[in-house]
Amino acid sequence: MLSKHITLSHSQIDTLLRHGLRVLALTSSFIVILIILFLFSESFGIVGEISPLRFFTDPGWYPTSEQFNLLPMIVGSLCLMMSALLLAAPLAILTAVFCNFYAPPALAVIVRRLIEIFTAIPSVIYGLWGLVVLVPIIASIQAPGASLLAGSIVLAIMIFPTIAMVSDSVIVAVPKKYIKGAVALGLERYSVIFSVVLPTAKSGLFAGMLLGAARAVGETMAVLMVCGNIVQMPSSLFDPIRALTSNIALEMAYAMDIHRTALFVSGTLLLMLVLILIILNEIYQSKHHHA
Amino acid sequence: MPKFGQRLSGISIEHMVILLMWCVFSLVAGLFFWILWEIFSNGLSQVSWTFLTESPRSGGREGGIASVLVATAMIVGICMLVALPIGVGTAVWLVEFTPANSSFSRIVRMSLDVLAAMPSIVFGLFGNAFFSITLGLGFSILSGGLTLTCMVLPFLIRTCVEALYAVPSSYRLGAAALGLSRTSTLWNLLLPTAMSGIVTGFLLGMGRALAETAALLFTSGYVDRMPESIFDSGRTISIHIYDLSMNVPGGEPPAYGSAVVLIILLLVINFTILGITRYWQHRRLT
Repeated sequence: MLSKHITLSHSQIDTLLRHGLRVLALTSSFIVILIILFLFSESFGIVGEISPLRFFTDPGWYPTSEQFNLLPMIVGSLCLMMSALLLAAPLAILTAVFCNFYAPPALAVIVRRLIEIFTAIPSVIYGLWGLVVLVPIIASIQAPGASLLAGSIVLAIMIFPTIAMVSDSVIVAVPKKYIKGAVALGLERYSVIFSVVLPTAKSGLFAGMLLGAARAVGETMAVLMVCGNIVQMPSSLFDPIRALTSNIALEMAYAMDIHRTALFVSGTLLLMLVLILIILNEIYQSKHHHA
Repeated sequence: MPKFGQRLSGISIEHMVILLMWCVFSLVAGLFFWILWEIFSNGLSQVSWTFLTESPRSGGREGGIASVLVATAMIVGICMLVALPIGVGTAVWLVEFTPANSSFSRIVRMSLDVLAAMPSIVFGLFGNAFFSITLGLGFSILSGGLTLTCMVLPFLIRTCVEALYAVPSSYRLGAAALGLSRTSTLWNLLLPTAMSGIVTGFLLGMGRALAETAALLFTSGYVDRMPESIFDSGRTISIHIYDLSMNVPGGEPPAYGSAVVLIILLLVINFTILGITRYWQHRRLT
């Protein structure tokens, strides 16, 4: 009798397990809801006090005198993203082509391994390199050195592995019969690549670029270390700028009340920007899979 | 004759493309080796036994990184300790206990995708608002670790899900035919078979946690003293590098030294992953 009370039957243990696992899965998905909830509730505390329009129309970003114009930082983030993408995407796609069509197989394996390793290198390391090596080089061309250009180059180096890895997998997935057909028609290797492979892989490559863009916009440390962090609309590549992310990192430590809320608003904006890029990425990915 | 001319011009374009390809490759490889060379040539001489075993003095300019290493280990440890059961549990539930096209499973997957895409500074904001203030943990190793848990979870789950999918379904059918309970099937068959993938996911998550800076700036804080409990503030090695290079004049040499230590840690993790994957592929083939 006693043992019957203590030991659970198989099906009872299974039911327990099932419920336990469901709770864990719920916890995982609840984290996202919690994050979005907290960002919004901290951001919307401001709505009663100041009009949301002021984030775009205030004379500037002077949080101590309650002026919160986020526009220069939004523009700064977008400029960084675009220029990093312009630098990184062609190189990354060409590197993927190199691995698949030009490199000796042994070299291609090594290059792929290296690219994987470089995704694991932390942003502070790239930032440190940018700060100590790149910024003085740029400063010798035009002061002050810490600038939109420095940020774009460091970001380009950081998102390069992401774009290259996606491009590589997309190019590998191009059906071999397309390539064989093109070769059978007497096309040279370069025209097989540029008129068959890359057009076929187009939406997949675009998805990879969007993923890179999302990483660039969300990057904090490297940008914080090399961009100079002056709040202004950039008028040239050599102007120091401040990105949305660096603004949060710089001011969160001492921000109070409405200033703190303004930083949460910029976090929410950042999240929405990244989500738009990720949704576009998903759309292009599914387009690629259906193509 | 026109064929000959076409072929001739074709060859020359092909040659130019080959040249372009090798130029791109050399540029990219050169850039990355430049970065590594810069870090290692300046940092390797900094790393010594005393550097690893002494605590930082005068803002990190003197002394070593012992307290930083301890704080890093504690933060990453808490992160993985919490992430592992939640992550593996969620993965098992997604693969084994719910149909992949059920709406609940789709919601969980979608929310994990969103989580994976979030910028780390957003995790920092959330961790500060939730763990530090709402739960009252303050700037502490515990709130830093828990913030990182949220961050690494989607990567851990994704790797575990793939590992479980790779277990042949004949195993499950065989276990069911033998009358094994779901629990013992899971414990004695599925998890051991998927173990290499789970360990890989664990290490991947650990690498991410080690590399993270922005999410910790205002959750675990900056303090460089030796932490006495998980409720103390402590800085990880990534934050130490940031602080030394940005806020401490003359902090570059120890920053390089810490960077070398961090890169070596990450390379060890990466090569362990590679080793595990190789070993398992080999075992599966034989």
